Amino acid sequence: MTVQREIVAAPALPKDLAANPVLSRWVTVHSGGTIDVRVGKVELGQGILTALAQIAAEELGVDLEQVRMPPANTAHGPNEGQTSGSMSIIHSGPAVRAACAQVRARFTAEAARRWDVDPDLVTVRQGLFSCGERAVSYGELAGVVDLDVAADPGGPLTSGDRSVLVGMSAARLDLPDKIAGRPRYIHDLALPGQLSGRVLRPPSPGARLLRVDESRLADLDVRLVRDGSFIGVVGADEAEAMRAVQVLRDATTWEESDSLPDEDDLSAFLRSGPHETIEVLTPEGPEPEGRTIRATYSRPFLAHGSMAPSCGIARWNDDGTLSVWSHSQGIHGLRAAIAQALDMDAERIEVEHAENAGCYGHNGADDAAFDAVLLARDVPGLPVQVQWSRQDELAWSPLASAMTADVRAVVGESGSVSSWRYDVWSQGHTSRPGYLGVPGLLAGAHLERPWSYPAPGDPPAVVGAGTVRNGVPIYDFPDRGVTGHRLLETPIRTSAMRALGAYMNVFAIESFMDELALATGADPLEYRLRHLGDARGRSVLEAAARSAGWGNPAEEGVGLGLGFARYKDKGAYCAVVAEVEAESDIRLRRLTIAVDVGRVVNPDGVRNQIEGGATQAASWTLKERVRFDRRRITSDDWESYPILRFSEAPEVSVEIVETPGTPSLGAGEAAQGPTAAAIANAVAAAIGVRVRDLPLTADAVVAAIEAAED
Amino acid sequence: MTQAFELTVNGRRVRIETHPDTSLLHALRNELGLKGPRFGCGLGLCGACFVQMDGKVVASCDTPMWSAEGRTVVTVEGLEPGEGLHRVQQALLDEQAAQCGFCVSGIIVNAATLLDTNPDADEEAIVEALDRNLCRCGVQRRVVRAVMKARCEGPCHVTPEDAS
Repeated sequence: MTVQREIVAAPALPKDLAANPVLSRWVTVHSGGTIDVRVGKVELGQGILTALAQIAAEELGVDLEQVRMPPANTAHGPNEGQTSGSMSIIHSGPAVRAACAQVRARFTAEAARRWDVDPDLVTVRQGLFSCGERAVSYGELAGVVDLDVAADPGGPLTSGDRSVLVGMSAARLDLPDKIAGRPRYIHDLALPGQLSGRVLRPPSPGARLLRVDESRLADLDVRLVRDGSFIGVVGADEAEAMRAVQVLRDATTWEESDSLPDEDDLSAFLRSGPHETIEVLTPEGPEPEGRTIRATYSRPFLAHGSMAPSCGIARWNDDGTLSVWSHSQGIHGLRAAIAQALDMDAERIEVEHAENAGCYGHNGADDAAFDAVLLARDVPGLPVQVQWSRQDELAWSPLASAMTADVRAVVGESGSVSSWRYDVWSQGHTSRPGYLGVPGLLAGAHLERPWSYPAPGDPPAVVGAGTVRNGVPIYDFPDRGVTGHRLLETPIRTSAMRALGAYMNVFAIESFMDELALATGADPLEYRLRHLGDARGRSVLEAAARSAGWGNPAEEGVGLGLGFARYKDKGAYCAVVAEVEAESDIRLRRLTIAVDVGRVVNPDGVRNQIEGGATQAASWTLKERVRFDRRRITSDDWESYPILRFSEAPEVSVEIVETPGTPSLGAGEAAQGPTAAAIANAVAAAIGVRVRDLPLTADAVVAAIEAAED
Repeated sequence: MTQAFELTVNGRRVRIETHPDTSLLHALRNELGLKGPRFGCGLGLCGACFVQMDGKVVASCDTPMWSAEGRTVVTVEGLEPGEGLHRVQQALLDEQAAQCGFCVSGIIVNAATLLDTNPDADEEAIVEALDRNLCRCGVQRRVVRAVMKARCEGPCHVTPEDAS
């Protein structure tokens, strides 16, 4: 396995290791030989723990089977912030690499000391250190080598040992359990003495609990917990708790009011203000003379729609500490938010990550954990597991914001863009725990002494922004203006969902690129390439077009469409060609995708993420829209919030375009925006009708035809 | 208000004392410790909780215990009577046809039941059967490829034409 050794010293530790420098925080070597590698990133169904285990095993010089990846824990593991934004390989990868390289170096030094040889003469292979005839294993040295030491900034950041592990499609470490149906998810945890909790959410946002007829619960074996308008039950039997919360629905009287906007005029709502104006690119002067083309695009509110409703477990311990289990994306942020909400010392709270179904952003995970904390307060010493209903998951998890954008371009005589103006309106894209100084946990707003929440904010530009994420086109336009308008007052709670504003912004930019190409008589691929100097971008675009047979004559009623972007302007490049058949209905047949994600740790993992992201984006684009009346969200099950089914799922092929020597760029969110635009452009190619308002349903096509005829 | 119910689960005769309205899903998970069937919606709309009941695929979340009395139930844990995995499970593992994996218990039960009754099920039949299962991570096409492989006795390769 050992190919070469070159110790590479570098001036600074990777960011996450510098913030958590003690090596034992990351690595524990057991005498039996198993090596625990603890990371702050969490498994969300994306396979990150497998990819990081590959890196760890390569650096340690062990087989993958020797590495174990325990769940992230606030007390025992490194704090690496959120698991979000396609940043896990970018941030955690180098930290794990360096931590493991330094652990290996310390073990190598110990072996060399024992044998009185130069450490350079000691090799590591499959967990065995050897020099000549002598050999010793990690396990045998475990008790001797001290890892309670800070990583050395002058020490190695990698062993330089390039095994075959990184770059191979290692099978996911967690899938055997999940496919066998073994307990693996937070829902399956059964701690000693565990009770079941259920929360009765208010009937509508802002509703206030007036009265509870407790006598209605007399025959049910549950305990009622109430704090202001937060109300729930705890009991030994989960099914009984479910029945009790149904009874409670009829036993409570609420004061309600209409607070939601008109779902059929979201554009007016988003544009009504007040806004924060986000100047991304300010034009230097007035737009040049020339032919001006303009269009407006929109998307509705979307739901995460994770297959598992959120779940949380909490236990108030006898010593005054609090233990929490959560499928949160950020266990440290959750811990701080709970501490703030309850005015307690965060040091007394321990949060451990527990896996759940796929997570695509800030869903109800943190909220469910806080529900469990509140219910468990009434039964000290006993863990309470709170399970949300499907209805609460779809109606009360944070949503992804509706958005609308105006694009305007001036084209010169050649048809090329001489000026570009882009304005996008949206709610903010984060309400994560601790945002804008408040806990941001749902039940906090319902307590007797409620926390009030400011409107959702946006992540700072340095981490990719929110409303204006990917708002700047990658193309070389000479004169550009890009402005975001974030709504500052809203009754609707929105937060981060896969790609944030990039999904809408790329849909709008790439739809408009096709509109410009068609208006100026150009081929959409040629038109993009004409404006694109970025070499890696060009390679990816050309690869996807080549694989999809771009330029070949299409069947009647069938269209190909392109969508392309570089995620967050500095992440993965992704080009998508959609093939759509449009007759009585729209059928998405195929997505042909090319990506450049920099260095690939696990090729099949990258493919799975891109395939899944594109398929999910197809679902958003073709089907999804959160529905509500003026009082409450009404799309609260899979009939009122339909998502893509097996019979609708397109074939997806993914080509990985490699650019040697480039760092890993992350893959989880790159396909979202390009897929949306590719589908819309394919529909336009198939039937000559442009749909600018998502979702792209048969009704939307009819509406677009009627609008075109007016 | 509890009652005793007797049924056969994964080949074993069991007696469960619970409220008649308790769902089969909650009885399996909480009384028998079979966590393979997952709670996804409680409304019979997503398929995460699918089990076989008397050979048919049912949503266990939507099946009250009063209607399960005397029935024969097989969960994802019981599909392969011996050690190891059912061939549909093995095919999913081979194809890495999962991301979060939460939906796959129900998908496996559904696909295995289909292949039991129709070993030659073609792609259209597989897709039609699995249309009752929802997946949010977007692995539908991997799953279809895996189930098509699971049809075959012995080594078998799915050609791109079959999978398209």
